[in-house]
Amino acid sequence: MSTIPSTNQGPFRTPQQIADRRALASHTSPSVSMFSRMLFRAAVLRRGRAASALLAMVVAAAVATAMMNLYVDVQAKLRTEFRNYGANVVIVAKDGQSLPTDALARIESTLGAKALAVPFAYAVARVAGGQSEGQSVVVVGTDFTRARQVNHWWKVSRWPDAQNQALIGMKAASVVSPNRQPFELTFQGKTIQLTPIGLLQTGAAEDSRVYLDQPDFQNWTGVAPTTVEVAASGTAADVAASIHDLGQALPSAEVRPIRQIMEGEANVLNKTRATLYASAALVILTSAIGVLATLMGWVFDRRRDFAIMKALGASERMVNGFFAAEAAALGVVGAILGFALGIGVAAWIGRVNFHAPVVPRFSVFPYVLVGSIIVALMAAIFPIAMLRRVQPAIILRGE
Amino acid sequence: MFPRLVYESFRHQPRRKLLAGIAITLGVAVATAMIAVATDIGDKINRELRSYGANLIVAPQEDTLDVEIGGVNLKPPSDGAFLSETDLPKIRGTFWHNNIVGFSPMLPVTVKAGSGENIQDVTLVGTYFNKQLTFGKQDFATGVKITHPWWKVEGNWPNDNSQDVLLGQRLAAKLDKKTGDVLPLDGRLLTISGILSTGAAEDDQIVAPLALAQQILGKPGAVRRVYVSALTKPQDALAVQDPRTMTPEVRDRWYCSPYVQSIAYQLQEVIPHSHAEQIRQVAQNEGTVLSRIQGLMLLVTLAALLASALAVSAAMATSVFERRVEVGLMKALGAGSLAVSTIFFAEALLLALVGGIAGFSAGAFLAHQIGSSIFNSQISIQPVLFPIILTIAVFVTFAGSAAAIRRAVRFDPVFALRGEG
Repeated sequence: MSTIPSTNQGPFRTPQQIADRRALASHTSPSVSMFSRMLFRAAVLRRGRAASALLAMVVAAAVATAMMNLYVDVQAKLRTEFRNYGANVVIVAKDGQSLPTDALARIESTLGAKALAVPFAYAVARVAGGQSEGQSVVVVGTDFTRARQVNHWWKVSRWPDAQNQALIGMKAASVVSPNRQPFELTFQGKTIQLTPIGLLQTGAAEDSRVYLDQPDFQNWTGVAPTTVEVAASGTAADVAASIHDLGQALPSAEVRPIRQIMEGEANVLNKTRATLYASAALVILTSAIGVLATLMGWVFDRRRDFAIMKALGASERMVNGFFAAEAAALGVVGAILGFALGIGVAAWIGRVNFHAPVVPRFSVFPYVLVGSIIVALMAAIFPIAMLRRVQPAIILRGE
Repeated sequence: MFPRLVYESFRHQPRRKLLAGIAITLGVAVATAMIAVATDIGDKINRELRSYGANLIVAPQEDTLDVEIGGVNLKPPSDGAFLSETDLPKIRGTFWHNNIVGFSPMLPVTVKAGSGENIQDVTLVGTYFNKQLTFGKQDFATGVKITHPWWKVEGNWPNDNSQDVLLGQRLAAKLDKKTGDVLPLDGRLLTISGILSTGAAEDDQIVAPLALAQQILGKPGAVRRVYVSALTKPQDALAVQDPRTMTPEVRDRWYCSPYVQSIAYQLQEVIPHSHAEQIRQVAQNEGTVLSRIQGLMLLVTLAALLASALAVSAAMATSVFERRVEVGLMKALGAGSLAVSTIFFAEALLLALVGGIAGFSAGAFLAHQIGSSIFNSQISIQPVLFPIILTIAVFVTFAGSAAAIRRAVRFDPVFALRGEG
């Protein structure tokens, strides 16, 4: 706007002044500055119509942004939910061996912070004393802090926190310690006295076992962990890569996916993604139609501007360019405002539904921008094509 | 006069009506499809969640401890109590039998497999693969193919009435056997119909038809435990209450809700001397996943309804606004604001009805397509949705036109006719 002659500065209030200004501008400087000025004045002078067109654009861009953001982010959010199903990879020592002592450290350095690993060591002990004297029971040594993080579904009355405290499965409890009194177990002639501090209920094999903290277990039995369960996060490809890396890091062990968990997750996730994809496509299409309807009305409504420009000798290209630029400008402004709004909506949905914020995806912006401009241009092209065939005189006569 | 005005308006301005009509049809179609999908998504995802396998386990009441590490059973096989196979079809007679997707009995037996030097102590598990059963008048098939969908078989699944077995893939490597080979097992010769891969304990086991495991064990009709896969409702405060302490009305409500707890209770009722329990790893998590996905679809549906409403009202506003000259002419000829508005609203009503009906059919088709392409099953559209959708369509169309009609009616006819709109 810096090229405006000084005599023409200041607001124009009466229609006469506006007309003078228009005439002056088109005579003195048929340049880029006039072009941009026309764009700007058109928006200011027809505030109502321009605002409603912009509103439609903003809403559509916001909805599109929110949907695309959700589509990308929801899969990550759902994967986090699926990790509540526990480990998806298991590392087992090859026959008769135990895992290297630094196995856990190697696993963690391989996978970094994106995975949780729980070690398990197994032994079969016998009950010493009481009514079930001599009965066999499976005793497991593990790391309670880690087990608690991975196995969310374990229903535990109280987690052990001191030495020689045991977590006993519901079924095991009735055998080893029916009245929750301290009990003794023997393994290869060595006896240990344990306090049953908590009860464990899972509905699966864990109910028949007694869980000890790994140091207690190893002092007593001398058995090192033979199994590590890993909850690896990320996409199916990420997990496959993790399995490969773990295999390299622990050549003496067998690393395999837990298919029940992996396939269940893949199945539910794929269906959800497909549904979300279809819904997002429908919603974006609908909002594009809404924008198209509003903008076409807006451009069509300005047929008089179109006719005046042509009557004043503007070339076809110039007029088309003007309308196209106007539509594109609307698309850009709408896309920027809509993007900001859409990010907000997506964040809100994330908080309401997943209780975690949705990270704004700025990579979505180019799509929203290009989409908005294309829709805006389409909305401009149809009315122009229709008007091109009409003589300016007929439009100006109001027919 | 009035009907003619409306009729002629549609006849002479097909382009303007077309845009509004398309917007209404599309908006209604999207709204219908999204509502249908959102109301059905819970059921669909619930079924998909069954791919995690059984969520209930039924065992004998006086069950003894399992002494099992990594799929190898270390306990004498004849030990402990059993359930009776003849009681199993009664699972189809429970209150929520329609929610029970399938069940598989399991009977582990310790056997010696292999020949010559290479003899291994292994666990053989007897189960149903795809067993045909009858309860009352209904025939149904059930087995691990339904309850354990992640089991992959290279070769063929054995017939439930045959003496063929599946060999776990790691055990097959140890015994050096492949599909079609004969496996010597405790003096019997069994044909290996396929190699089983599960990624779990079964990879080290032999899986056989239940009847064969019972013969080996010498206990006809014996079953150690039963895995049941059921469609359940996410757990809430009522679900976790103890049925013994409930008042009769609360207990009825609890009994008649498909909670995993109430289904377990009903399984215990039909199978004598049994104890049914949820498998917490599967049962506890499905509720969260389900409610997250349902909540998400609800919000997306709201977005779809908003977008549809905006598209419809934008199209209506545009189509009314374009006709200010007409309004000016009518008013100049002496028509009152009421008469003009009535004409416009009548047109809007007509558009909304036609677009609504077309959109509802298109939306039903869309929902059907989504159901069959994503979930391989029908998404049913409730007939009650039709009047609701139509009412919403008319309401949104009216709301969209109202502001534009008001502005058009208020506009001075002189300006309109001079073309200075």
